[in-house]
Amino acid sequence: MDNTWPALWLSLQVATWATLACLVLGTGVGYALARWRFPGRDLVDTLLTLPMVMPPTVLGYYLLVLLGRKGWLGGWLHDTFGIQLIFTLTGAVIAATVVAFPLVFKPARAAFEAVDPQLQDAARVLGISEAGVFWRVTLPLAWRGILAGVLLGFARALGEFGATLMVAGSIPGKTQTLSIAVYEAVQAGQDDVAHLLVLITSVVCVAVLLAVGKLAPGRVATR
Amino acid sequence: MRLDVDIRKTLRSGHRTFELRARFCAQGERVVVVGPSGAGKSMLLKALAGLLRPDAGHVRLDGETLFDAAQGIHRPPRERAVAYLFQDYALFPHLNVRQNIAFGELQGWRNPTAAHASPEVERWLDAFGLREVAHQHPHELSGGQRQRTALARALVARPRALLLDEPFAALDTDLRVSMRAELDALQRSLRVPMVLITHDPQDVQVFGEQVLHMDAGHMMEEVSHAGP
Repeated sequence: MDNTWPALWLSLQVATWATLACLVLGTGVGYALARWRFPGRDLVDTLLTLPMVMPPTVLGYYLLVLLGRKGWLGGWLHDTFGIQLIFTLTGAVIAATVVAFPLVFKPARAAFEAVDPQLQDAARVLGISEAGVFWRVTLPLAWRGILAGVLLGFARALGEFGATLMVAGSIPGKTQTLSIAVYEAVQAGQDDVAHLLVLITSVVCVAVLLAVGKLAPGRVATR
Repeated sequence: MRLDVDIRKTLRSGHRTFELRARFCAQGERVVVVGPSGAGKSMLLKALAGLLRPDAGHVRLDGETLFDAAQGIHRPPRERAVAYLFQDYALFPHLNVRQNIAFGELQGWRNPTAAHASPEVERWLDAFGLREVAHQHPHELSGGQRQRTALARALVARPRALLLDEPFAALDTDLRVSMRAELDALQRSLRVPMVLITHDPQDVQVFGEQVLHMDAGHMMEEVSHAGP
């Protein structure tokens, strides 16, 4: 039982940071892909969607190869700054970010593409700068779709298991998140612990899905 | 208003190409461009507003160069001080009538507040009888109210020219007649120069001080004078 609340707390930390990262990166990339046509746009979209269909263990392996002390990014970070990502909470955040990214970026791109370009033109003719058009017209009309994706991404990050386990391991109180604690509890035959953990996870996920349903485009008139 | 236009633009979509060629000089307060739908009238209007960049040629308004391909000049829409009335008005659905009208008054990254007040906005709310619906959103308005809101939004900035894209096409017949009369009276009192594109002969009759014909992307140069 001792690991239950630390595991929940770690999961919430990982999911929050991963969601924030996804919000910034996913919205930015979604906007760029919706707005500009460039060679290789479809390829970029496909590559960024891969985490949605690939087994998390494969993603975890890629991240190990990239971020491990022998990986080119991990090696450089370690040699230059002394930063170690494997078996840390930061590593868990990176794993959750990669896994949740497509769930945020896809709806963001769709939401930006659904904004009538004529409204943006109307704002331009009224003397508004491009940045003003984004903050005053594009984002207010797209935020519902973006937020729905962000909530899905949060739920996904909260439940992340495979990639997190490979990158961050299962160190109780340090990197052992809720979903990993469930696995450990079942393996150790601690059914009462597993019951509690599963119940907490289920309640959080149902709450998130209800919120997403309320935000789904078309449910509410644009206001 | 003196409008000097000579532009070319080729659009490609798959195997189809559409070529816009327009060359004309127009002088006066009421210029009507008439032609069937698909003739490229909206493209021409967008090029005047700066929303579409032609491949070649120039656009000059009252002696000022807004676009010149040879000199590499393309003034962005926000610097042209022309107003644009879109065919379906393009009102901002997330803002109320007051905010829509005030939209161009504020630069920067924030929209006007729901209670934004300024002398210009009050003037147009009264002039167009929109005060009762000032707090409502575009989807709650009638067709006539929508058009008046769009007109007010365009006129608040005191543009040096008003570009109108099929302004009455979205209205039913009765309303079309009364809104046409309203715009006619408004233009006479404000004396704001306008370029109106239409396929409706009635519009030509009322507004056609100077009439330009357009077909299949090409503007025929002869200019016929009609009306008063």
